[in-house]
Amino acid sequence: MVKWIFVDYERCSGCRICEIECSYVHEGKVWREVSRIRILEYIPGVVVPIVCFQCSERYCLKSCPQDAIYLDSDEITHVNSEKCTGCGVCVSACPAHIPIMHPEKNYALICDLCGGEPACVRICLDLGYNALRVVETDDINRNLYLRDVLDVAEELREALYGNSGEKS
Amino acid sequence: MTYGYAGSILVVDLSKDKITEMSIDEEILRIYLGGRGLGAYVLLKELGASWENIDPLGPENLLLVLTGPLVGYYPGIKVVITGKSPQSNGVIGSTLSSEIGLELRSAGYDGIVVKGRSKDPVYIYVENDSVEIRSAEKYWGMTGRKLYETLSRELLNEAIRKSKGSAVRETPMIYIGPAGENLVRTASVMSKWFHAAGYGGYGAVMGSKNLKAIAVRGKGPLPRVYDPVKVRTLTRLIQKELSSKFSLRYWGTGHGGYSVGYRFSSEPIRNWQEEWHDNREISIVNFERRIWKRRFWGDFGCPVTCMKVSVVKKCGSVYVTDAPDYELQAYMGTNLGIFKAEDIAYLSAIVDDFGLCGIQTGNLLGFVAELYEKGILTEEDLGFSVRWGDTEAFKRLIEMIVRREGIGDILAEGTFRAALRISSMKSMNVLDYAVQVKGIAVGAHGVRSGLDYQQFSYAASVQGGDHTSAPSEPFDRGEVFATFADSAVICLFTVSKKYMWDFTRAVTGFEITQESWTKYSARAILSIQRVLLLLGGPDIYWDPRVHDDIPKRFYEPLPSGPKKGEAASRDTVRKTLIEYYKFLGWDELGLPTDETLEALGLRKLLEPLVKKIRKRLES
Repeated sequence: MVKWIFVDYERCSGCRICEIECSYVHEGKVWREVSRIRILEYIPGVVVPIVCFQCSERYCLKSCPQDAIYLDSDEITHVNSEKCTGCGVCVSACPAHIPIMHPEKNYALICDLCGGEPACVRICLDLGYNALRVVETDDINRNLYLRDVLDVAEELREALYGNSGEKS
Repeated sequence: MTYGYAGSILVVDLSKDKITEMSIDEEILRIYLGGRGLGAYVLLKELGASWENIDPLGPENLLLVLTGPLVGYYPGIKVVITGKSPQSNGVIGSTLSSEIGLELRSAGYDGIVVKGRSKDPVYIYVENDSVEIRSAEKYWGMTGRKLYETLSRELLNEAIRKSKGSAVRETPMIYIGPAGENLVRTASVMSKWFHAAGYGGYGAVMGSKNLKAIAVRGKGPLPRVYDPVKVRTLTRLIQKELSSKFSLRYWGTGHGGYSVGYRFSSEPIRNWQEEWHDNREISIVNFERRIWKRRFWGDFGCPVTCMKVSVVKKCGSVYVTDAPDYELQAYMGTNLGIFKAEDIAYLSAIVDDFGLCGIQTGNLLGFVAELYEKGILTEEDLGFSVRWGDTEAFKRLIEMIVRREGIGDILAEGTFRAALRISSMKSMNVLDYAVQVKGIAVGAHGVRSGLDYQQFSYAASVQGGDHTSAPSEPFDRGEVFATFADSAVICLFTVSKKYMWDFTRAVTGFEITQESWTKYSARAILSIQRVLLLLGGPDIYWDPRVHDDIPKRFYEPLPSGPKKGEAASRDTVRKTLIEYYKFLGWDELGLPTDETLEALGLRKLLEPLVKKIRKRLES
């Protein structure tokens, strides 16, 4: 069984409190740029949470030339910041380009599920939005969520505004 | 280092193509905090001496985009847009929801001051230390929605490119639509299609500077705070408190379209000729069932999410707006004799897209329709008939205003100035039909029923008809409190009376309490705003003996509803206003006394200006 974060796109309000929690838990600060979970809203109202799905393919791990990405005993992804050189190969390898570089230190950031109880999920449930939840399953369908976020955004936009959403 | 502040304000001079920074003394921050308060102080320092001669739409005006120490930490997000207002000729602290507040602080700035005027259309791009003035030639003329299809997407591509291809967040921006470009005085500074800093007319100020947009990416953490543990604890408590608010969370303010009229008899109907209705066509149920496509939509850090996303289709096109909120349900609806949810959302989407203030524009359209009803403006003047409830006629008028076509050129000056022009055009006084105070259309809350705003509220406000800055009794609430929310820069819908003062102290380390705010900071801010408002100029000057009043309409008895026959009384307005002025340390003209100026440490800066005003009033 693998733990991963399920994203219910339609429930996400775009409040980004998950970003606050993530950066606080990992860096002790409110710092959007280092949040392992991110909200993309380049079209207003079309809100796309971006977070690692702990896919079974582990593209990032397989692609890392430094062996800096590893799985712990619960099969959760981690980045060894000592080994990582910030080369960005994992970003290209991930079909959804989810890993992100630390803006000040030279290593990649990938969701580590806060060791099993992700702070982002906790706050999302706590505030009653329920857009994120932790699921524990080997369901291979989670791999299907690994898609370019711009494609996801376009689909969500069409669902929300219709295919003539860009015209006024 | 001062806690809670980035410590620097970016100064972009568009005439000289020059970028510098300035810092603000801690002593000043202690009093004014940020946002509206700091904006008023900076404007006084920079422009006070020649205030009356400064054309709000000239290059000498400043456009300020300011955050406050609570931005990014306190739940909900706002920035304040200010400068010399082309509506009131004073200072309006106009608030806008936008993540650029947070991004600015993460980039190392507490705000931006824009000076001068660019020769060609530009936008400002900020990414930490890298600040660029970029060409906006290809974006000029674009509506909000077009701008998001182009600029927002291009900025995202740039951000992705700069981050080794990572899927990153968008680059937040604030911008103007065609209304601001065409110097329409009711133009807003916009964000995210539907969020607007409407009061003040700062969209036109941006337009006058040839500035289309400001986009910001901040890569650092928020500025550090005085007591991080306490901030964290209080954040949790406030989030919990706010997330349990039922009506704002589920309905937004949109439930008011029916209930403010029916229950409080204070909703503008047909240019305020009535304030009561029992028309259930405008009920929240119709909005939520028929047009809401997203029930919970929030900006950074907001656990309330009063915003909703509405979509309506008309003639094969898709129109998108937010709830609409109560103000726009009233001003794009009832005030125009329109009660149908789809039509209200349709007009709201149009004003949002053009970058117009929905309140100011709806007030103006209602004014025009009443003049048409009374036979003062005719089809010859307008080009077509403008009858109550005629959505398409109002849409045509909106387009004429944005393009300054025909009568639209006069209407683009806003309700007050348009009323002056039409009065001289028709050789009669039409100001009596203009429901505005000191150049600012009044918000959609009436005073006659006694169940909503107080009679003196708009008369005494330093922001005229602005319903978010309305004085009320007891005097330490209303406008006095609004100066705090707008200077710490928090959203009025995320206020936690229980925790916010503790929160402010934990962020800044300043010994600030509600009492100290009321006694000192609020008075200082309001005194500056009041003096600059009365200095006014160059085209409009206010006389407190004439203009410290509510619109004439509010003295007419309500014609319908349970409060039928109720009206405001001149004695009540006058009496409360003078008590309020006394509370603030002002004389009966609403000018700060010498003792007040001394106590506030503003003698040097304000005394010569007060003298100037007295001299003008005596002559």
